[in-house]
Amino acid sequence: MLSFLFTGALILILFLLQTAVFPVLLPLRVLPNLLIILTASKGFMKGENAGMAVGFICGLLYDAFFGEVIGFYALLYTYVGFINGKFSRVFYPEDIKLPLALITVSDLTFGLTAYVFLFLIFGKLDFPYYFIHVILPETVVTMVATLAFYPIILKINEYLHKRQRKREY
Amino acid sequence: MSPIVKRKGEKFTLPSKWLLFILTIICSALMLFTFTTDFFDKPLGTIVGYALVPFEKGIGKAGGWFSNRKDEFTQIKSLIKENQSLKEEVARLTEENTLLQQDKYELNKLRQLFELDEQYEEYHKVGARIISRDSGNWYSAFVIDKGTDDGILKDMNVIAGGGLVGRISAVGPNWARVTAIISDNANVSGMTLATEDNLIVSGSLKGMNEGVIYFSKLVDSKSAVKAGDKIVTSDISDKFLPGILIGYVLTVEPDNNNLTKSGTMIPAVDFEHLSEVLVITDQKQIIEE
Repeated sequence: MLSFLFTGALILILFLLQTAVFPVLLPLRVLPNLLIILTASKGFMKGENAGMAVGFICGLLYDAFFGEVIGFYALLYTYVGFINGKFSRVFYPEDIKLPLALITVSDLTFGLTAYVFLFLIFGKLDFPYYFIHVILPETVVTMVATLAFYPIILKINEYLHKRQRKREY
Repeated sequence: MSPIVKRKGEKFTLPSKWLLFILTIICSALMLFTFTTDFFDKPLGTIVGYALVPFEKGIGKAGGWFSNRKDEFTQIKSLIKENQSLKEEVARLTEENTLLQQDKYELNKLRQLFELDEQYEEYHKVGARIISRDSGNWYSAFVIDKGTDDGILKDMNVIAGGGLVGRISAVGPNWARVTAIISDNANVSGMTLATEDNLIVSGSLKGMNEGVIYFSKLVDSKSAVKAGDKIVTSDISDKFLPGILIGYVLTVEPDNNNLTKSGTMIPAVDFEHLSEVLVITDQKQIIEE
């Protein structure tokens, strides 16, 4: 129950940071994708189901405000959660290299998929331009944001895990 | 781990493959539904409106205070300079104003003569504050703090600083999403003010980064359109009210077909520093077929 509350609050805070705080405070043209950091982290920390659930909610929230159709980003984030969940078997909390690599690859794939379904199918073929000006910068700033946000998500996860263990014994 | 074989006392968990399958079906169904109808827009808009918009309003206020302080420090120098040039401009404009007023009397007289209705009457407007931006990095859209409760409807036009910003593309009870004209999924039917030639203004990601908007399909056989010409929304647009300033022509080049022209224009609105906008609550008259 507490775990649900914490995750819900985390989604809300990251969404607000991404859409309301960062655009005002950061002088960047391309903003980091915090929701993908959370979705991917939940995936490889808690497994496929948790990753998918968090991804679905994050995507739905984003769709409700900014989506052209509701369900597109929800589906994308759900798959991100699922695929990252596959790596929960090889995940060790001490190692930051795997999470960093997973989140980077997730964001890159996310950007490429978004390009294909939002731009390529409308005949906007200038892929190098979009790749250099949107997809790549977003991946880089998301990597930087990962270094800042991932430890926080990890700490919260460890705390919840400990509490759960205590209650079980 | 099959769902059928279940040991006693083991907590039932849905296999992830099935959950993925179910969520995929739900998302696809939602996409199909929302693409063809707007059945889900309203309940979802209401829920997120009450869950998130109060937070965003607070953050917007705090953020506005901080950026105001930041601006104050950085802008004092430029303000002094600007003040001087503005004073000169005031003098120039006063002179121009008297000339224009003379023109206005003449125009009014001529209008009466032709019994024309007042074409560019004052539109009714509602002020709104921007509380959230699309951070998806692909489109340029933002959320304002007014919604259906304040009489805002879908497709209403949004202006700021005398120029066209965009139109309302989604609306909830206490929020509304504005899709900017510089966004990659936006097209506006415009015309040049001087020669009244129609053209299509298309927002694009590329242009957004360069600070320009592209236009195309300009028919201008006499080559009368030149840099600096004003472009306004056209009379034939079905979503935008006529005569709202969009921007100024920067370059014009003939297309390969030698019939139409295309080029770039500078938007009248400074999209990077928007914090308040005006929503025009009058809507374009729609002819039901």
